[in-house]
Amino acid sequence: MNEPFLLILGSIVSNATPLVIASIGETITERAGVVNLSLDGSIMLSAMAGFVAAYAAANGGSPTELSLLIGVLVAMAAGALVALIVAVGGIALRRDQVAVGFVLTLLTADLAQFLGQSYTRIPGPTVGQWVLPVLGDLPVVGPVLFRHNIFVYISFVLIFACWFWLFRTRSGLALRAVGERPEAAFARGVDVNRLRYVYTVLGGALVGLAGAAYSLGIKPGWATPPPMRGDGWIALAIVIFGGWHPFRVVLGAYLFAALRAVSTAIQRTPDIQISPVLLNLLPWILMIATLVAVSSGAIERLMRLLPGSFQRWTRNVLRSDPPAALGTRFDAG
Amino acid sequence: MTKQSTPMQVALTLLPIVASLVITSALIMLVGRDPIAVYERILEGAFRNTNALASVFNFWIPLTLASLGLVITFRAGLWNIGVEGQMMFGALFASWAAQYVVLPAPVLVSFEIVLAMIGGALWAALAGVLKTRLGVHEIFGGVALNSIASVITIYLISGPWQPPEGGSAQSTAPFPADSLLPSISPEFPVSLLALIITVVAIAGVFFALRGTRWGLELKATGRNPRSALLLGVPTESNVLSAMMACGALAGIAGAYRVLFTYASLRPLVSGNIGFLALLVVLLVSMRPLLAPLVTFMVAALFVGSTRLKVAMQLDQSLAGVLQGLIVLMVLLSNGLRERWRERRRFREPEAAAVSDYQPVTPVTTEATTYE
Repeated sequence: MNEPFLLILGSIVSNATPLVIASIGETITERAGVVNLSLDGSIMLSAMAGFVAAYAAANGGSPTELSLLIGVLVAMAAGALVALIVAVGGIALRRDQVAVGFVLTLLTADLAQFLGQSYTRIPGPTVGQWVLPVLGDLPVVGPVLFRHNIFVYISFVLIFACWFWLFRTRSGLALRAVGERPEAAFARGVDVNRLRYVYTVLGGALVGLAGAAYSLGIKPGWATPPPMRGDGWIALAIVIFGGWHPFRVVLGAYLFAALRAVSTAIQRTPDIQISPVLLNLLPWILMIATLVAVSSGAIERLMRLLPGSFQRWTRNVLRSDPPAALGTRFDAG
Repeated sequence: MTKQSTPMQVALTLLPIVASLVITSALIMLVGRDPIAVYERILEGAFRNTNALASVFNFWIPLTLASLGLVITFRAGLWNIGVEGQMMFGALFASWAAQYVVLPAPVLVSFEIVLAMIGGALWAALAGVLKTRLGVHEIFGGVALNSIASVITIYLISGPWQPPEGGSAQSTAPFPADSLLPSISPEFPVSLLALIITVVAIAGVFFALRGTRWGLELKATGRNPRSALLLGVPTESNVLSAMMACGALAGIAGAYRVLFTYASLRPLVSGNIGFLALLVVLLVSMRPLLAPLVTFMVAALFVGSTRLKVAMQLDQSLAGVLQGLIVLMVLLSNGLRERWRERRRFREPEAAAVSDYQPVTPVTTEATTYE
């Protein structure tokens, strides 16, 4: 394989990273039965907060690594805080989670713009590339997967950690039970609402990490309008596309990033006469198309054409039902 | 049931607003400005003269129309986030007529408005069909359709509809005078026709929801779609008709932006008004008569805050922060109030006997089912 092609694959992996992290976070939250709809705004708020914190720390004389760490932690705290409001509103105060999340989407977006107004378009600390020893020198795999910034490696770890936690531990079983059959989980002695708080806040912290992966990583700094605007909605759609399974969710995130790369490549090709403006339609048409594919039963119908043993296998892989208790509340009598 | 005293109720209603103002003031101090001065600038920006007041009305008209539309979709239990895109499509359809159709002024203007209603309704119907037939939740359909409408607008401005002197992608050429809505007077530049349409829409939505079978069916669909369907309510066509009614109203709102406010088509023609309308509807829930009052306050806040940039070098997103905080605080304090009421009821002995055993089921009323 030639070098430029590998570079493109590598850039897809790095550009997909914030989407991967955010959609893994939302997967955890939704698996516990809570919808955090605030993603689009809370990614912006945490991106801004993370950048400003890292910038301030660096200006205060902290070494770059420490400033970046502070930035990442502040971004995660911002995401966790927004998620906590969703949890308090949805669980303790029994409000519609969608309503609280939607208000927070708009509120946090405006808050990011307001508080970040004097930090736009200034250079600050960014996370550099870190070529992993040995792995980075492998042919093909090295340049694609192991010559990136640290957020990419964190996202790799997260993907497997999320899968392992959800499907291979007792705690993961409780987490899924809380989202699927809260009554049954409650009868088994699981504190449903406490777990929902924990996983909503944890998911929110990951959404915050995704914000930092933008402002300290692939889209360094802060700007108005924010460069990651709209990506939170795409991450929410990717969770549905991924059928609430970490591996498929990640596949969705890479697919989106790949299609973006293709559309940028087309824009740079002089032979193809397409208005570059219209290429911006692609992610949204793709979002609708994928949601139609998973929601309309089209996949189900296709699967029925397959031979019996193969059907069971594909059903497991392509399962796309949401957690049964998603968005509902649970009152323990 | 326990009854609350009137002062208590007033306090509980004011609490979220006061809390939002306190938080906003703290944020203003955080960026190093004086909150009182900021609020003064906002009031000054909204009410300093008849021209400023006219700007408030010019914001109020589309915001109220969009909010009324959303009252209808909320009644049917729909989260019509696509209202932004529906405004844009109304604006696009009206802009087409304004540029390419030659008719006597009054006929042309009526034609444009009807066309805008059709444009908005069609875009809303698309979100409706995605929901009812293809299983795409209206939130995601709406978000995607908003972005698609915005891209189409930018494409038209930078391509087929660009002004003859070359496209700057900022706006189309100004529309001919005959195609625009006439203004009341130079001192008070507001369209009388649009004011009348808005007032008619307020009354129309109120009576449609209150006094018609359609309104009743929408309510049933919104409360519990499954039992409504079992009782013979055509829920699918109700979802579509509610979406289209909202789209038509949003379409007029969009038309007003291009036929009066800008007199041309611009990229962000809907100006977030649709999202603000969603916040308004979260406050007024399903009371169409309350909507125009709330939208007036929101309009004053947003028009007034445009002055912050000039007078204090402060970003006008502050208006959105305050508005968002108020809605959030109202939502949360309503929840708090319910919890208190419940707890008090629980303490009363006869109530306690009844609530001795409660089956453990997640109550799904009010929670949006989401799939």
